[in-house]
Amino acid sequence: MTKLDAKIPQGPLAEKWTNYKAHQNLVNPSNKRRLDIIVVGTGLAGASAAASFGEMGFNVKVFGIHDSPRRAHSIAAQGGINAAKNYPNDGDSIYRLFYDTIKGGDYRAREGNVYRLAEVSNNIIDQCVAQGVPFAREYGGLLDNRSFGGAQVSRTFYARGQTGQQLLLGAYSALSKEIKKGSVKMFMRREMLELVVIEGRARGIIVRNLITGEIERHSAHAVVIATGGYGNVFFLSTNAMASNGSAAWKVYKKGAFFGNPSFTQIHPTCIPVHGDYQSKLTLMSESLRNDGRIWVPKHKEDAEKIQKGKLKPTEIPEDRRDYYLERRYPAFGNLVPRDVASRAAKERCDAGYGVGSTGLAVYLDFEDAIKRLGKHVIEARYGNLFQMYEKIVDENPYETPMMIYPAVHYTMGGIWVDYELQTTIPGLFAAGEANFSDHGANRLGASALMQGLSDGYFVLPYTIQNYLADQIRVPRFETKLPEFEEAEKAARERIEKLLSINGTDTVDTFHRRLGLIMWDHVGMGRNKEGLEKAIKMIQELRAEFWKNVRVPGKNEMVNPELEKALRLADYMELGELMARDALLREESCGGHFREEHQTEEGEALRDDENFTYVSAWEYTGDDKEPKLNKEPLVFEFIEVKQRNYK
Amino acid sequence: MDLTLKIWRQATASEKGKFVEYQVQNISADASFLEMLDVLNEELVRKGEDPVAFDHDCREGICGACSLYINGRPHGPDKGITTCQMHMRRFKDGETIVIEPWRAKPFPVIKDLMVDRTAFDEIIQAGGYVSINTGGVPDANAIPIPKRDADTAMDAAACIGCGACVAACKNASAMLFVAAKVSQFAVLPQGKIEARERVQNMVAKMDELGFGNCTNTYACEAECPKEISVSHIARMNREYLSAKLVSQKE
Repeated sequence: MTKLDAKIPQGPLAEKWTNYKAHQNLVNPSNKRRLDIIVVGTGLAGASAAASFGEMGFNVKVFGIHDSPRRAHSIAAQGGINAAKNYPNDGDSIYRLFYDTIKGGDYRAREGNVYRLAEVSNNIIDQCVAQGVPFAREYGGLLDNRSFGGAQVSRTFYARGQTGQQLLLGAYSALSKEIKKGSVKMFMRREMLELVVIEGRARGIIVRNLITGEIERHSAHAVVIATGGYGNVFFLSTNAMASNGSAAWKVYKKGAFFGNPSFTQIHPTCIPVHGDYQSKLTLMSESLRNDGRIWVPKHKEDAEKIQKGKLKPTEIPEDRRDYYLERRYPAFGNLVPRDVASRAAKERCDAGYGVGSTGLAVYLDFEDAIKRLGKHVIEARYGNLFQMYEKIVDENPYETPMMIYPAVHYTMGGIWVDYELQTTIPGLFAAGEANFSDHGANRLGASALMQGLSDGYFVLPYTIQNYLADQIRVPRFETKLPEFEEAEKAARERIEKLLSINGTDTVDTFHRRLGLIMWDHVGMGRNKEGLEKAIKMIQELRAEFWKNVRVPGKNEMVNPELEKALRLADYMELGELMARDALLREESCGGHFREEHQTEEGEALRDDENFTYVSAWEYTGDDKEPKLNKEPLVFEFIEVKQRNYK
Repeated sequence: MDLTLKIWRQATASEKGKFVEYQVQNISADASFLEMLDVLNEELVRKGEDPVAFDHDCREGICGACSLYINGRPHGPDKGITTCQMHMRRFKDGETIVIEPWRAKPFPVIKDLMVDRTAFDEIIQAGGYVSINTGGVPDANAIPIPKRDADTAMDAAACIGCGACVAACKNASAMLFVAAKVSQFAVLPQGKIEARERVQNMVAKMDELGFGNCTNTYACEAECPKEISVSHIARMNREYLSAKLVSQKE
């Protein structure tokens, strides 16, 4: 198992990253000009990495599926970004951010990686402010902070409810600067179809031009995958419509291991599902839990009346309400981590106390906050979120509580990477949500933006040099090589196959069916029987898909149905791997809740003796079962405990 | 509800387009406008017809991808939202809805309702950034910024780059888009250092790409889904004028 070396540097926790940087190999400026790097994805991780590589003098090619890098889904992150600045003087430190992240992730992440993340978090804020990111400020002119789930300090920096947008526009502006300079070449409306591996190293990619259908070959000395997560395997999620797991899946099939695929984050505060035409779910930022109180009726008869529309939430008196998070978790209250809040909502709804016409919703109430702070304060803090809610639900959240329910939001699992963010294919790196590395089994709020930018601005620019240092004599690659030929052929065959099936059901019909299987059996609550059933059902659905899907048109045109079909084909395989991973992990941890493994109070029950490892899956062939590799997680610096938010 | 849709169909950039009429039935009032188009497209695919191409992604009003004229208005009849945030309850049963792509020379049609907005990227590349590299920057609190300036910068930075301002303008002017970026940086100390070059380069690029002039009709502000104020155009004009004067002196 030499392949699974996480390459954590030696030494005390706080010195590992410093030691690494002090001893790593570097590439001198004149050699940088001779080296090419491909970055796939233009979200926070991809844009920040590409811009930084360009600044350093490498030749960079950046690829994205949108018309502009600014549309990558990082843009939709609302609440904020964490950093251990301790500006509010409330006891924060690098160690505390590290500790909260490890604990929040239910002790399923690497100490070394997470400590580095906490360490560079402060640099990110400095960097973004220098770029002109308009973070919220206090009247004295200094930066404002708020709190997020899983923390007892206020360490979240924000730009109204549009923090992801502002950070992405910051990275996009840095990228634009490098494009102007000529160090970065941009290829938008391109979707990666294959990775090209030459003599065991990542050397290029095959992409489809989404306007012309042209299949293009691009070569480089190293490839970075920063294509985000795969939450859309559930069909309904808070992800954007085009967010997909295909690049990650394609590199898995070329030999990169896939880490913890079953670790999915179900976000507690989303607008509930309301109809079968629905295309996506909308997140209501976790920041709302700073001031909103979550409750359901204390009495079932009230819940039933509400479900039938015979009672309004505002008519239920205080003593007939159950603020179940405050009741169960007095220390953290409404700010427990996402997995805990989601499960608690499901528990109440499953027990019959849910609200809304479906009974699958709970209230998020601002009445107290409005009384305490005034409507104008709430409006200043959350105005755009309230407006968004009102537009979708047609109810005014200043007057009646919001209705929320958990929805798929983020995938902690992803491409396995070592400390250098390098995959098991030399020369192939993965950054941001696309990798598995820093969040363990549950990600804390406002940590996705932190990780994406940490990887792109402050980790990869160092670690990629350690790899490229011995590539300086390697000349540029011709894309005529047989490896490119073969990869292109595989991509073309897949497209032709999909176009030739001409069945009766649309791509979305299949995607909805896959989503239902995943949500029912590989969602918030999982058990052995359900997972085994899901694997079988996915296999059957996949076979049906390849026989009966209808993809209209041809390759040589704008063809969104073909794009969706290619992505869904990968989800049909990835979904199965997620179920396999969930089945294997006979414990509950973070977002992975195996119903067989819970405490008497219904909390997740880990099995540290048998499962303190990362499951890293290895592709062995289309009709073969994937091989499990284990990376043991070693906790040298912190004590592993049962998570307690009470 | 049942609706008649008149949708602009155009196979490629070079071919001629035309309106085609479609009927959709049993649309839920709670569906979003784009979900209504999804329903139409599913039907078209089932019938073996070419589905309608349109840009969209986040479907929560922030990515800026969606870009439709609905009954002649960018992002439809409501104020302060994008097409994807428009819900069908806003329309009446039996209504006829006309759907078109952005109409502006610098935004050529790619297919049906999709247009090419790379001109906006080019304008940003002309100077919509602070020229600093990664690392070596001062502490984030080293330079206090008055809250009102940070708020003004945020008001401007809220732009999602959708292009509704251009689509709304009879001159296809990109002034509001450019002004939003210029203004964001003009009020922040980090942006002031390159303010002069930035405003001149971005305006020059905008002109070069064929966007029209501003004649103060304020249609851009009225249709902007993020309700960005034309006061940013006034600030940009001031910035531009003083930049010109100073560079002439030099």
